[in-house]
Amino acid sequence: MHHDEFQKQEGNIFTKSFFVLLTLVLIGVYLVGVRCFKGLGAVSNMSDGYPWGIWITYDVATGTAIACGGYAVAILVYIRHHMHYHPLIRSCILTSMFGYALAGLSVMVDIGRPWNAYNFFVPSRWQGNSVMFEVALCVMAYTVVLIIEFLPAILYSLEKSEWRRLHEFVDSLPLALTPDKAKLARRIDKVRAVAGWIRPLLDKVLIFFIVLGMTLPTMHQSALGSLLLIATTKLHPLWHTGFLPLLFLINCIYIGYSIVILESVISAYAFKRPIEVKELSGVARIIPWLTVIWLSVVLGDLAYRHQLSAAFRFDFYSCFFLLEFALIALGSGILFRQENRWSPRWLFVSAVLIVLGGALYRFNVYLIGFNPGAGWTYFPSLAEVMVTVSIVAFELLAYQVLVKLVPVLPKIHLHGHGKPGKTKSEQKVTA
Amino acid sequence: MERQSRRGFLKAVGTGAGALALAPVALASSGAPSQVNNEELGMLYDATKCVGCKACMAACKRVNSEQGTLECDRAAFDQDALWDAPTDLTGNNRTIIKLYKESGQPWSYVKLSCMHCQNPACVSVCPVRALTKDRRTGIVDYNKDACIGCRYCQIACPFNIPKFQWDRALPQIVKCNFCKGTFLEKNGTTACASVCPSGAILFGQRKDLLQEARSRLQLNPGKYIQTIYGEKEVGGVNHLYLAGVPFAKLGLPTLPEAAPPGFSEKIHHTIYKGFIAPIVLYTTLCLIALRNMKRHEPEPQPTRKEGK
Repeated sequence: MHHDEFQKQEGNIFTKSFFVLLTLVLIGVYLVGVRCFKGLGAVSNMSDGYPWGIWITYDVATGTAIACGGYAVAILVYIRHHMHYHPLIRSCILTSMFGYALAGLSVMVDIGRPWNAYNFFVPSRWQGNSVMFEVALCVMAYTVVLIIEFLPAILYSLEKSEWRRLHEFVDSLPLALTPDKAKLARRIDKVRAVAGWIRPLLDKVLIFFIVLGMTLPTMHQSALGSLLLIATTKLHPLWHTGFLPLLFLINCIYIGYSIVILESVISAYAFKRPIEVKELSGVARIIPWLTVIWLSVVLGDLAYRHQLSAAFRFDFYSCFFLLEFALIALGSGILFRQENRWSPRWLFVSAVLIVLGGALYRFNVYLIGFNPGAGWTYFPSLAEVMVTVSIVAFELLAYQVLVKLVPVLPKIHLHGHGKPGKTKSEQKVTA
Repeated sequence: MERQSRRGFLKAVGTGAGALALAPVALASSGAPSQVNNEELGMLYDATKCVGCKACMAACKRVNSEQGTLECDRAAFDQDALWDAPTDLTGNNRTIIKLYKESGQPWSYVKLSCMHCQNPACVSVCPVRALTKDRRTGIVDYNKDACIGCRYCQIACPFNIPKFQWDRALPQIVKCNFCKGTFLEKNGTTACASVCPSGAILFGQRKDLLQEARSRLQLNPGKYIQTIYGEKEVGGVNHLYLAGVPFAKLGLPTLPEAAPPGFSEKIHHTIYKGFIAPIVLYTTLCLIALRNMKRHEPEPQPTRKEGK
């Protein structure tokens, strides 16, 4: 749609952090290999009492909430009609895409019989009572929608870029391997033509996918909460409530906005770009309202179920509950003050607090508040943690590479923050 | 202009999230108990009759090892792999005999296996119908060819019965299915019940078992805890227990009478009734987004109109 709002990040792909992240990814690949040959028990500490460990709790339940930036900003742009947030959307969709694709990947690592996963597409196997069925279909559909939402950026660069990297690569090849240059040029022209033909068509129908990209997360994020409704006797009453779907839905939206802030601040720091303070302070203004609604639902529900006293028992469960509550309350408290919303430092601090609190809520529901009965304990093994780390590393790695290949990040001059000296690099980019 | 779109936003959120928010309210007002079918097959285990010989365990493994890919659980001291020595239900055992003993207290054996709930949580949560409940016999069965290994059944089961083969490259869920497909059809009973020397395991229709259990409680009031475990728990189960020591001490959890699927399915179905809420949400969002886009396009400088 508005391709002139975005730009590629200049720079070398093969940086030091690239190789560090690559190493972590390879460790994960090795551990997944071990899991395939020796079973889940060989790499994880999961047991029959705690059949879901951090792969489900972090990679799926929390990871997809962290990947809700695309969802949250899409609501802001297309529904609340704040078009000036549009420049943020592409990097949000990109991270959402990675978040969801990798959540899907870790599910495939986690499930014991992945070769049977095709059963999700066999209508006679569909099971409408199962929340898991709904989550699985929605997450798969949403990943596809995210890829479609991101396609314009890829098509745009296929069409408009000079294919410099490919040419450099071809030039670096030994003579014997070098393909016919003229043939190559013709092929590139063909790709350009196809991309140029698809892009306007896609732009016309894109809005229907974007809206689908708002409906599906509403469905499956609330369903991620519904997943634990069945554990009536195992999930601690502090968290087991009929409001789980509503709480998970609101939770993912405020985590989504906080992640947008974090991502912008971090990528501004990492890529040495100006911070989009105006946009971020606008995003930050929404967060405390959502958290206030969320916190009141939590408290109201506890009072309604006569569980408020359990929250102040200061035992294991109560401490985690209070920690989660305090992190979110503190983070949103900071954002109620207008000066804080304009300070990148306070924005960052409060976003960190809210993401931590929101993520802890999901850990509380999936792991910490889950008690299958006497005799069972769970703490993730090193290998289990490393698989999760390598999945996050892969996410960062792919983000780092893609923003350099495809126009994703907001164009600097649009916001008027760009220092005059910086515009030079930007001119290079638009070429 | 902005106010209008905000109203639109609230409307959209209202329609979609309304269903979500209302779900628990709808739930609170209804508490109809699900129908118990006493014609279903069940098992009555009388802990006071059990002598702990474990013939049932051996018979179960002999009959079902192929269907469930059951192997032996080796004890740590058993270097030569001579014995099968499970200490709990595992991915290699569908049933186990355990001993409860405390000094100065009466001791008791207990046999653990699938409870074959009237309204099983595992069947309710299985996303691919790998776990099913036979409508006539009431047997809760597992189909490894459908199972994706997500282990949601283990999360859901209030008795922690389904077990997963953590040490296998090609793992399965393991749980009792009353010898369906291996022993039941030919013999009309389960392997464990057929070998029990003391009559501690009875197999039959739930109504007959309940009658038998009640008459035992009446005839020997001093010998038994005066409840039939499984009659009311989580909406009623088909594997019933009689015992002389409190059931909680035997590893049978104290559970409410409401079946977990009654709670979760009610909320889930309220949200997704006829798939109306998602469709309404999608259409509303579409309309708002399209209107916003139309309004946005003719304006050459979009950032200025916000004016804030």
